[in-house]
Amino acid sequence: MATTTTPAVRLASLPPASGRAGLRGAIASEFTKIRSVRSTYWTLAALLIVSIGIGAAIAAGSASDLNSNTGNKAGFDATQVSLFAFFELGQLIIAVIGAMAITAEYSTGMVRTSLTALPRRGVVYAAKVIVLTGVTLVVSLVTSFIAFFLGQAILSGTGVSVSLFGSTTVPTIANETGGGPNSPPTVTFVGHTLISSGTVLGAIIGTALFVTVVAVIAFGLGAIIRHTAGAITTVIGVMFVIPIIVQILPRNWRWDLMRFMPDSAGRVISVTLPGVNGDGLLHLWSAWPQFLVTVVYAVVLLGIGGYLFRKRDA
Amino acid sequence: MIEVRGLTKRYGAKTAVDGLTFGIEPGKVTGFLGPNGAGKTTTMRCILGLDYADEGTVTVDGQDYHDLAYPMREVGALLDAKSVHGGRSAYNHLLCLAQTNGLPRSRVGEVLELVGLSDVARKRSKGFSLGMSQRLGIAATMLGDPHVLMFDEPVNGLDPEGILWIRNLMKALAAEGRTVFVSSHLMSEMEYTADHLIVIGRGKLIADCSMSEFISRSSGASVRVRTPSSADLIKAVTARGATAVMSTADEGAIEVRGMTAEDVGDIAYEQGLRLHELAMVRASLEEAFMELTASSVEYHAAVPGAPAGTTIGSGV
Repeated sequence: MATTTTPAVRLASLPPASGRAGLRGAIASEFTKIRSVRSTYWTLAALLIVSIGIGAAIAAGSASDLNSNTGNKAGFDATQVSLFAFFELGQLIIAVIGAMAITAEYSTGMVRTSLTALPRRGVVYAAKVIVLTGVTLVVSLVTSFIAFFLGQAILSGTGVSVSLFGSTTVPTIANETGGGPNSPPTVTFVGHTLISSGTVLGAIIGTALFVTVVAVIAFGLGAIIRHTAGAITTVIGVMFVIPIIVQILPRNWRWDLMRFMPDSAGRVISVTLPGVNGDGLLHLWSAWPQFLVTVVYAVVLLGIGGYLFRKRDA
Repeated sequence: MIEVRGLTKRYGAKTAVDGLTFGIEPGKVTGFLGPNGAGKTTTMRCILGLDYADEGTVTVDGQDYHDLAYPMREVGALLDAKSVHGGRSAYNHLLCLAQTNGLPRSRVGEVLELVGLSDVARKRSKGFSLGMSQRLGIAATMLGDPHVLMFDEPVNGLDPEGILWIRNLMKALAAEGRTVFVSSHLMSEMEYTADHLIVIGRGKLIADCSMSEFISRSSGASVRVRTPSSADLIKAVTARGATAVMSTADEGAIEVRGMTAEDVGDIAYEQGLRLHELAMVRASLEEAFMELTASSVEYHAAVPGAPAGTTIGSGV
C-alpha cells in the first residue's frame, strides 16, 4: 500500500477543455461499463447457448418427425422453427441484460458515482439506451443468423429447409391416402409456395430486431422499478404471463387483444409461410405492424423510465 | 467555492435539512460536523445534484451543479466508497468515469499511482478492503484535477495508517489552494484536519466559525483555581459576575466560568488570597461539540444529567 507520508498531489496538467461533457463521452463510458463486467459475458453466452443450442435440438426433433411423418412437411416453416428458441426463450435472457443495464447501477450504488461524474441525467440515460440497443442488436443479429443456418443444416435432409441465397419451393397442402396400422400413408403434395430469400432475410433480421426491442422494454421497466429482480419479474409478466391470460379469454376477446400484446410480434415476424399455419396468427396483424406494437411498448416504458430517472432523487 | 442558501430537503414527513445557509472557501479544510442523522450526507447530495432541494439554492462556483461544463474538472466528490460496481476492475471503474468528462485515459494510471492502487488496478473492486475502496474513491475524485473536493466521512472504518494518509492528503489539497469540504461525526478527527467548521444538528446550522473560535466560544472554557481560602475566592469572583463552584471532578479545585485566568489572578491579588494553582482550561473540540449538539442529537441515548444544550449564535 502507499506510504503515509504527505501525498504529493502532483498530477500532469490536463489538456484544456472546451464545450461541455456530453453524449460522446457518456456513450464511451457506458460501453466501458457494459464490457467490463462479467455478467454481460455470462448472459450473452447464455443467450447464444439457449438460442442456438435449443434451436438446434428443436430442428433435430423436427427433422426426425418429418422423416417419419412425411405429411407434416406441408406448411412446415423451417425458418420459424430454427428461430423459435431465440425469440421465445432468448427474449427472457435479453430481458435480464436490458434490465440490469440500469438496475445494476442502483443495486451497487454506482448510479450516485455516475451521476456525480455526469449530472446531465438525460444524456446519461440516452447513452445507456444507445449502448444497450447497439450491443443487443449486434448480438441478436449474430445469434439469429447462426440459429438460422444451423437449423437449416440440420433440416437439410428433409427437403423443406430454406435458403438465404435463393428461392425455395415448399409444400403447403398434403393429401394422405391409404395407409394402415403397419403401413405409412401415401402422401402427395397438392399445394406449393415459393419462399424467397428476401422473406427469409426479413424473418431473420426481424426476429433479431424484436429481441432487441424486448431488451429496451426491460430497460425501461428497470428504470421505473430500479430493482433487478422486480424488473425481470415484471418483464416476464408483460411478455409471458399476460399473453397467457389473454389466451384463455373467450375467442372474440382474445383475437382482439392478442394484437396489442408486446410478445405477438415475435410469432409473426419469424413466419415465412403466412396464412398457412396457426389459426391464432390469422388474427394478428402482419409482421411489421405487429412489430410496431412492441416498439410502442418500448417507447412508452422508455419514456416513463427516462422521466423518472431525471426527476427522482438518485 | 460552494454556496448553500436556505437549503431545505424533506423526505416524506421528515425534514432532513432545514433552511441551511453557509459558504465554503478555498484554501482551507472545512469540517462539516454533526451527529449521525444531522443531515450532512443529505446536504452533500444536494450540492452534487443527486437529490433535488425542496427549497433554497446550492451553487458550485456560482453555478448549479447540473450546469457545470465538466463537473469532474470542478468538483471531486466521494460520498460512499462502496458506490461502485464490485464486478468492475479499479482501472475500468476509473476509466468509465474519466470518459464521461473526456479526460485522457492516461489519467487513470496517474491517479491509481497517486493513491497507491497500481498493483491492484486490474482486480475487481469487490475484493477490496474498505481502506482500498476509500483510496479508489479518492482516486476518482482526483481524475479531473478539481479545485473543489468533498469527502463524506472519509476515515470511517480506516486503519490508523489510512487515517493519517487521508488527513495528510486533505491538508495537502487545501495547501494547494483547493476547497476541501469534509464531513465527520468524529470531533477528534476534525481537530487534526479542519481549519474551519460548519456544525449542524437536526438539519439546522449550529455554528460556522474557525476551529479555535469554536472551542473558545464554548461555555466549556473555564479557569481552574486552587487556594487555601476557597470560600473567600468564590465570594470575590461571584461578586464580579462570574460563576464559581467547587469542582466535582478535581478535589479541592474551584471551577470559575465567565472570567479569564488573568481576571481571577488580579482579584486574588486585590483580596490578598494565596493561590496554589491558576489555569485556563480549554474545552476540547469533543466537549464543545457535545455541549452544542446535545439538544440536536436525533437519537438520544438516555443519559441522566446530560448537559442541556447551549446554543451559541449561528452564522458569523
